[in-house]
Formats: sequence, structure tokens, C-alpha cells
Amino acid sequence: MKMSGAQMVCEAIIKEGCKYVFGYPGGAIMNVYDEIYKQDSFKHILTRHEQAAVHAADAYARVSGEVGVAMVTSGPGFTNAVTGLATAYMDSIPLVVISGQIPISLIGTDGFQEVDAVGISRSCTKHNYLVRDIKDLPRILKEAFYIARSGRPGPVLVDIPKDITSQEDEFNYPDSVDIPTYKPSYKGNNRQIKKAVDAILQAKKPLLYIGGGTVLSNAYKEVRELAKICGIPAVETLMARGVMGHDNELLVGMPGMHGSYASNMAMSESDLIISLGARFDDRVTGKLSEFAKYADIIHIDIDPANIGKIVDVDYPIVGDIKIVTQKLIEQIKDKVKPQRYEVWRSILKRYDEIHPLTFEDSNEVIKPQWVIKRLGEIVGDKATITSDVGQHQMWAAQFYPFSRPRQWVNSGGLGTMGYGLPAAIGAKTADSSKIVINVTGDGSILMNVQELVTAAEYDIPVINVILNNHFLGMVRQWQTFFYEKRYSETDLSYQPDWKKLVEACGGIGYNVTTKDEFDKALNDAIEKKKVTFINVAVDRFENVLPMVPAGGALYNMMLEYKER
Amino acid sequence: MQKVRRVISVIVQNEAQVLARVSGLFAGRGYNIDSLTVASIPNSHMSHMTIVTRGSARVIEQIIKQLHKLIPVYKVIEHDSMVEKEMVLIKFALKDINIADIQALFEAYNGGVVNAGENMIIAMAADESKRIDHCIEAAQNYNPIEIVRSGVVAMER
Repeated sequence: MKMSGAQMVCEAIIKEGCKYVFGYPGGAIMNVYDEIYKQDSFKHILTRHEQAAVHAADAYARVSGEVGVAMVTSGPGFTNAVTGLATAYMDSIPLVVISGQIPISLIGTDGFQEVDAVGISRSCTKHNYLVRDIKDLPRILKEAFYIARSGRPGPVLVDIPKDITSQEDEFNYPDSVDIPTYKPSYKGNNRQIKKAVDAILQAKKPLLYIGGGTVLSNAYKEVRELAKICGIPAVETLMARGVMGHDNELLVGMPGMHGSYASNMAMSESDLIISLGARFDDRVTGKLSEFAKYADIIHIDIDPANIGKIVDVDYPIVGDIKIVTQKLIEQIKDKVKPQRYEVWRSILKRYDEIHPLTFEDSNEVIKPQWVIKRLGEIVGDKATITSDVGQHQMWAAQFYPFSRPRQWVNSGGLGTMGYGLPAAIGAKTADSSKIVINVTGDGSILMNVQELVTAAEYDIPVINVILNNHFLGMVRQWQTFFYEKRYSETDLSYQPDWKKLVEACGGIGYNVTTKDEFDKALNDAIEKKKVTFINVAVDRFENVLPMVPAGGALYNMMLEYKER
Repeated sequence: MQKVRRVISVIVQNEAQVLARVSGLFAGRGYNIDSLTVASIPNSHMSHMTIVTRGSARVIEQIIKQLHKLIPVYKVIEHDSMVEKEMVLIKFALKDINIADIQALFEAYNGGVVNAGENMIIAMAADESKRIDHCIEAAQNYNPIEIVRSGVVAMER
């Protein structure tokens, strides 16, 4: 069938089964927006900034497991989207971002709203395309979706010049994709898997090190089963919170810079680390020469480049976590004796009893950790939690009782402040049956605060719990610890009127200074089903602990901070 | 860790941006490029890049894996047993030299005089990179006007 390039874009989105597109129109993408107007197969959500469109699509992908789609115009539209692309790239989130480009004949002339989109995004996309011929457009769109979701997922940019979206040509959307240069391996090498099984059977202190790849591969059931039949304790990274479930006896906690004592000691003392879709990030390993000194490492990852990148690996397995874990279970279930690791489990349990993840509560001032705990008690598994970046993010990761994967949505790799609110919009769009709560700070929330308008317009009731310490808290914490309390540009004492701000945009605001008020505000916010700010005044100088100072050994944790 | 020199061949789909993807990967991740040559492979949609790089064993391994990850990269060959050639063109002023000397010198490096004009000659050598270094060193005795090296091409034996 003959159709315009703009129609092709819409048809491809429909054929890929996408129900929502997040975006912002502009000159170079107008032909496509004209076609969006004419169809009703998918809904377009107009964010108030392109960055937010990409974050919303990203969170939609994280919660639904489907490819998220965002659409922006050329030039500044595209450059605003770059932070969103980089965020998705670092966390391996499947996205297709369509950007308009100025007409082909003008490319390279410094035309109005021209920017080299493929050049700029090359290092923060899994792949990108500049469409030069309408004949290539159907194939490129098909490939973009395929590349985004297959192998190690990631964002793909398709940059389409305006004259291509207006041209007409035959539309034959391919059924399948054949890219001879791109063949991800999913199955895992059987000989390597057998060796890994033997290593697990030989080990005395094995540890599952669960990363975000487990979520992406939808492997949580398999991973829980592997842990259970073997009796192997597990740590889960920031990106994998919820995989084991908070009430799982085998879950030790989160490792890393702000991980629990027991988790970091588990990493340090284990004799066999079984990495499932984790990538040994510097925030997890601490000082590399001291990391997991006594452990052999089984590294299972779909991306070969992750294996051996940071640490030497004894048992490399390239494959999909779900498939490889199934094979591990198959081969190990009749041989393994969970009691073999009994002593190891009890050691870790003891560590957690000696130094549990905790905080000193107060009746005078609200502690931020209390807010997270209370949130967990009130909404628990009924909620999807998104977050921004900083102290509140770490407290949420530490203290919220996550019971399933895809319940926790945050920018782990890039650490993008301003992610939380648009992500909450995307998360609610993907699964409206859940209460969506953005745990944020008084610094982060202002970075995409314009999205209150989006949430209000589309009736997307997301609750923003602002842990308000009148500081850029995480930077302030480092200044306290490492810069002799010189609070350079981190004091946020000058504040907007939060209640008025959210109400000006069509939402509801609550100012909370006591625990009772928090409960009331939260229950009211849930009931009102509107976009809300719950502005909670919390202890200004609370620190995220434990803490492994950057570059320090994982076992050298700062467990408390004493005023000097 | 000790840095080693490595010659890597990369077979890529012959499409727009592919050179930028490869060179951008090296720049973005802080890998060295000593030389890079590229030309299309006859009767195919592929191009052959030869990259000379250096780094520790871990870095070289990462380079190869990261190259593999690029969508248009078809094959990456880390050369072990290879034939390796590089070419150099050197221009001399006639007044500074004796043509027979230059001819003899470049014959020793698998080349010879390839062009002669009124006031100058151009000589060519094609040999291993190390030998090309020597050739250029020897040529310094004759006050060369211009030196152009090609970068390495290599083929597995």
C-alpha cells in the first residue's frame, strides 16, 4: 500500500503494538504529528519537555516490559531528549525515539533547528539511524524495534528528515528482521553451564549477585527458584530491587556504596559469586583490588562486553538470564544439598543481626527513612515506586519493602535528577492498577517540575513524596564527610511554596511536619486520585548509611557518623 | 599492566557513519588508535578496516568486544599470525640526492622510485611497520621534503 513516510511511522508504531507515545511536536516532525491526529490506535501524551517524554517512555518500558516510544522534533527537541537516551542506555531500557530532522537537501548547511542527531547520540544509543531514502524507512523502523528489545536492550534513535515523512512510497512492513551483523546469543554454552554447576556444588560460600538484567529478562521466578532449591543467599543491586522479594529468607540485601553491612560482607567473604545480569559497577564493587578477594566468579550476561570488563571471571557464560538459569536449575536440582551452605547462611544472618540496616527514629522531627518505611506499610505491594536521584533514592532502595521486579523504577546507571516525575507518569500509564509514588527530594523534583501539568491534564494521579531537607542532600552529605562541612552551593533554604506550585498546575499539595500529618496526607492523596505533592519536612542533616567511601574497600563501611 | 601492540581487522557493513561509529568508540572509551585504514571489499557490501592499537590485555579484549557490539560490525579479527604491510611515500629534492642511492635504499624496503620530476623524485616502500620506521630513518640522510605513511593493512596467514 502506498503511503507517506509520516503514515509509515504511525503504522509501524501500531504494528509493534504500542498503545502510548510520549512526545512533543515541532517543525521537522509535524508531518508525523498530522498523522497522529488522524488515527486512534495509540494515544499520544504531550509532555511539557522532551526530556520528560523520553523518561516517561523509559519508565513505561521498565514497568510494562514493552518497548517505549518517544517522539521529538529536530534541533533543540532532539538535544533535550539526549539525557533521556543516555539514561535509558545506561540502564539497558528498550526505547525507540523518533526525531524529526530538517530536509535532506538542507542537512549540513546549519539550517534552522539542525543538529547532527546521529552524531550526538552515537555514544548513548544502542544504535541509531538517519533515514536517507523512504525506501529504507519500513525496514529501519522494524529494525529499530527489534534492536531495542533484543539482546541487551537499549534505546534506538531514528532520525527522519522532513522531506522523507512527506514523500510517498510502498509500505511493506517486514515480518522479521535479518541483520547479518547482529545475532545476540541467548542460550549459554552448555559446557560452561556444566562447569558453573560443578563450581556451585564445590563452593562453601556461594552468593547470588542479582542485577538489573534479571528484571530485563523477566527471570525473577527462575532466580528465586535457583536460590531456593540450592539454599544460596542473594544480594540484589539497585537495579534489581524486588527480584527476590523483601520477605525472602535468602535475600541478604543490597550491596555497594550504601548497601547493608551483611550484603557487603557477603560479597567480601564469598568464595563463589554468581553474577546474574549484573555488571560490577564501581558503586557496587568499591576498591577493585579488595573486591571479592576470595571468590571465583561465575558471570552470566547477555552482553559479552560486560564479562571481564571490570573483574576477572572464572566461569563466563554469555546468554539470557532466564534461559541460563533454567538450565542451571535443571542440572543442579538433583545434586545440590542446601544444608551444605547452612553455616554460610547463618554467618550472614549473624552479620545482619549485628549491624542491621537501621536508623534512629525521632519524635521531634520526621526521619526520611521513617517516611519510606511508613510508605511501605501503607501501600506496600499495591504501589509502583519511582525515584529521582540522591539521598531519597538510596533510602527508598534501602527501606522500601519491594515484593516484585518492575515495582522499583529509578535511574541507576546515569543517576539522572529529574527522572522521577516523568517516570511516574510513564509508570502509571503502563500499569494504572498500581498507586504510583515518586519518592523525590527538594532538589530533584524541580528538574522536571513542569510535568505536573502533564499529569494534571491527562488525569494521571501520581503522588510525589518530597523528602524535603532544604539541601542537595547527597552532595551535602559528601561535603559533611569529605569537605569539612563547606556547604558549597547545596543549601536550598530558598524554596518555592510547594502547595501553591502543585495547585497552580492542577494538583493538590500537602505540607507535612508530623507523622500523623503524613499518614493523613498520603491517604487523602490516594483517595483524591490527583497529581499531588506531599512535602515532608525531614531532618536536615540525616545521612545515608552505611557508606563505603568512593574508592574504599567494600568491607570498610562507615556505619555511623560521629560529629567531630 | 603491560601495553601490547595489536593489529585488529574489522569487517563492517559498508554504510554511512560506520567509520564514525568505530572511531567514536575508540575516542569515547579512551582507546588508542595508532593507525586506521579502511577500504571497501570488492564485490560485497562490506568494508575492511585495519586498526593498530595498543593497550593492556584487558583493554584489548574490551576493544574487541565493544567493536563486536556495534550493529554494523560483522567480524573482528585479532591478528596473531599475519602478514602486515604498510606503505610510505617520500619526496626528495634532486639536488640533495643521487637517484641510484635512493633506488637502492628503497629496494631494500620492498619498493623503489615511483615518480620523477624536474626537481624532485618520489620513492615508495611497502613493508612491515617496524621496517618502514627504519626506512624513514635512513631517508633522513637525504633531507626528505615530505613523508606520507599509509597505516597498516594486514591479513591472517
